[in-house]
Amino acid sequence: MKLELRQVTKKFGDFVANDSIDLVVEEGQIHALLGENGAGKSTLMNVLYGLYAADGGEILLDDVPVHFSGPGDAMAAGIGMVHQHFMLVPVFTVAENVVLGTEPTGPLGLLNVQQARGIVQEISDKFGFDVDPDALVGDLPVGVQQRVEIIKALSRHAKILILDEPTAVLIPQETDELMEIMRQLKASGTSIVFITHKLREVQEVADTITVIRHGKVIGSALPTASQSDLASMMVGRDVDLGVRSRNSTDGGVVLEVNNLDLADEEGRILLDDVSFTVAAGEVLAVAGVQGNGQTELAETLIGLRKPTGGEILLHHYSSLQPDDASDQGDQQVTTTENLTGKSVKKVLSSGVGFVPEDRGKDGVVHGFSIAENLVLDQVDSAQFSRGGSLKMKSIASNAARLVEEYDVRAGSANATLGTLSGGNQQKVVVARELSRDLSLFIASQPTRGVDIGSIDFIHSRIIQARDNGTAVLIVSTELNEVSSLADRVAVMYNGKFVGIVPPDTQRHVLGLMMAGVSHEEALAQAGRGTTSEDTQAGAAS
Amino acid sequence: MTNLLEAPVDERPTRNWGQTWTKVASSSALTSFLAIVVALLIGAILIAAADSGVQQAGHYLFARPGDFFSALGKSIGGAYSALFEGAIFNSRQLFMPLTKTIAYSVPLIFAGLALGMGFRAGLFNIGAQGQIILGATLCGYLGFGVNLPGGLHLIVCLLGAFIGGALWGFIPGILKAKTGANEVIVTIMLNSVAVFLLGWLLTLKAFQIPGSSNPVSPKMNPTARFPHIIGNIDLGFLLALLAAVAVWWMMERSTLGFRIRAVGENPDAGRTAGMNVAMSYVWVMIIGGGLAGLAATSQLLSDPSQQLNINVAATLGFDAITVALLGRSKPLGTIFAGLLFGGLRAGGYIMQAKTGTPIDIILVLQSVIVLLIAAPPLVRAIFRLPDPERQRQAHVRAMNRALKKQSAGKPPTPPEGELAEEVDLPESKEVSS
Repeated sequence: MKLELRQVTKKFGDFVANDSIDLVVEEGQIHALLGENGAGKSTLMNVLYGLYAADGGEILLDDVPVHFSGPGDAMAAGIGMVHQHFMLVPVFTVAENVVLGTEPTGPLGLLNVQQARGIVQEISDKFGFDVDPDALVGDLPVGVQQRVEIIKALSRHAKILILDEPTAVLIPQETDELMEIMRQLKASGTSIVFITHKLREVQEVADTITVIRHGKVIGSALPTASQSDLASMMVGRDVDLGVRSRNSTDGGVVLEVNNLDLADEEGRILLDDVSFTVAAGEVLAVAGVQGNGQTELAETLIGLRKPTGGEILLHHYSSLQPDDASDQGDQQVTTTENLTGKSVKKVLSSGVGFVPEDRGKDGVVHGFSIAENLVLDQVDSAQFSRGGSLKMKSIASNAARLVEEYDVRAGSANATLGTLSGGNQQKVVVARELSRDLSLFIASQPTRGVDIGSIDFIHSRIIQARDNGTAVLIVSTELNEVSSLADRVAVMYNGKFVGIVPPDTQRHVLGLMMAGVSHEEALAQAGRGTTSEDTQAGAAS
Repeated sequence: MTNLLEAPVDERPTRNWGQTWTKVASSSALTSFLAIVVALLIGAILIAAADSGVQQAGHYLFARPGDFFSALGKSIGGAYSALFEGAIFNSRQLFMPLTKTIAYSVPLIFAGLALGMGFRAGLFNIGAQGQIILGATLCGYLGFGVNLPGGLHLIVCLLGAFIGGALWGFIPGILKAKTGANEVIVTIMLNSVAVFLLGWLLTLKAFQIPGSSNPVSPKMNPTARFPHIIGNIDLGFLLALLAAVAVWWMMERSTLGFRIRAVGENPDAGRTAGMNVAMSYVWVMIIGGGLAGLAATSQLLSDPSQQLNINVAATLGFDAITVALLGRSKPLGTIFAGLLFGGLRAGGYIMQAKTGTPIDIILVLQSVIVLLIAAPPLVRAIFRLPDPERQRQAHVRAMNRALKKQSAGKPPTPPEGELAEEVDLPESKEVSS
């Protein structure tokens, strides 16, 4: 089925979310809608799916104008949508979820479970989804839940499938599987609208790319277009994360982690004998496919998780005198703190700054003002309170200073944090953590969900902290970020450090290491060239 | 720019009762006011419907509609003016009824402050009833069973009330902190435990009037009682106001309150910021329990006739939930809500006596108020008010525009920040290779 949008416009008040958008999706085509968060991709699809009424323009299916007043109409017309947040009932089985709303019923209105299972089995077999109709949805991994959503859409005879940021919730392996599914669906004649902001995925799977920015179609491109071309269309300027200057000094070791082990309550190993050091004035970036223990490593270092073995040591140095800068060594270690198993509060007050991975969940309080968020983990310090009483003036002046210094775009420092954009919220978190006197700065995914402009700013601040002699540990799944910031790159796989390599290590070598191949072997494999191409393609994710 | 619109405010599903109640409890002041208006209107309909004069005139409504409407006006006007005279002012007693209202409001303010504090911490403490009973038990025993000089005796009784309530708050607090036990369930259960505990204590000789086996305590020693200030107002009201100021200070100006509010809004962020989430729950329950316990003092120390009996807490603990909700969990709001409910109660008795309007109407008023506050969209629909979420977005948009203008004024190569993206780019660009 061919889908055409003509001059579709959607306004919210006087904000134009979609401005005269033209879009043609041919039958059996994967059409990527590429754009940054907030560009208007999801709004457009919600218009198409009948969730929003368009303020102008028309929708044509096979050249026939159609009008949807709700998702039911859209579904009946053959449009299926898989939302970013799944619409599944966790306590129902796959089969029950798939037929929900169109349940096949037998005599007396009883649910025909057999038929429901048949539907699931048929679609699952046809496309090789490998989904058990009797499994409880709540027990399934996210990637499989997504397939259930797709089965649900297909069981309603969807000819056009809208996937709204389908890979946002997936780990890379699942992403690859999803891509395969998309190709199969395409082969069977289903048209797919693939909404994303990830360039690699677009290049890998799309037939045509339409770039949307600020509610307008900026242009279209073929998947062969270079990443930098696509990125510059998306954000409106050439994005070059580039390579920051590397550190030049040899600082003493600040963070020393020895044989760190961590297991969860079920006894699964999350960290396995991890040892490393981070020196003053150095950025160590921990790279790896998400879910290989990096998050847990950061959380263990900060005290949110109690390690099951090993030790975490923090070395404090006296300020370096010019004359003894030449013979750096043990004599400069003034104190060593053992942070193993200490509380978060203790770790933070030892001069450790922490930017958590999930900003909205762990980093900020949305209902608090910017000023309050800027002191969230420091209210007990002498700067902001005395004898349990807050120093309101000090909190306000701190906020005024940091809002200015970190270029937080807000009406005032008393504005509620929830009214800020993701990038500005992250600047608040980074400002809070970096505004203290730190020996160690730990940032987990410091620029996740942040616009390009803010990424640039946050990166420059991190580098600035490094140049001031702070030891920096970055956990990131973005290789661009890793190679831009790191002085050394540690690659994690399955709770272990596979190796620590220089930041200019070739990307596919890093990719192999992320799949668990040791550095030497990865270099050797890379040297052999084409023989291991398949492995590389899989691992480079 | 549009990123601002994506600010994920309140879009996460509420995760537990506590958060739901936190949200309900923070609805707008306008909603509270309109809820009261609607409740009075519904009350008016019920008053008229229950009035025999109106019913009779209704029989010949079409023959003489004037009769019906005058009966209508008479019944509603009569009831509400009796309510007013009983709660605020009448020509005979002048402002004496107002002092009665204030006296009734004291325990509601204490317990309302306690619950409001819990709501803001994300805890749905509905154990005020039990906490009041425990406070009353300790306060009462110290009031009649101990001989101390005046002043000191009162302080000891106040401390007893606070400690009794705090103990009863500590139990669910520590259980939640250590085992994750749901505070709603634990406090409900402890309410029952408190009732039976007091019931059993009242069977003991130590708690009974000498020579009697009735489950009623002796009267309080005069040394333990609140000094009267004016009319029915005694020191208890001043203490309640003082408690409101203290709670305000604690929540808004102390590090403890900062932590409590942070944990109430987002426990994960609190934990990551190094706060001891479990301990802040415990503190909220201890302080809240103590405040609820103080509500018992006006049941025992205000009037010479008061005694410790099984009904000492009446339904105060549950009315206080309404008071806290209506007061939006803020101290000032709680004072006004407490006064309103105190007035309804004081006026309700007079209304029943003078016009025969059943006092149950007051319960209806209270219930409708809660219902409407719990469902702000209903109030908005009735009064065709704009949705605050939309207003917020409009505000964000206005701010965006202002910022855009600001940045447009800057040179064409501004520094970092998403505003920079706006600058000098071709509107459309074809890339293919």
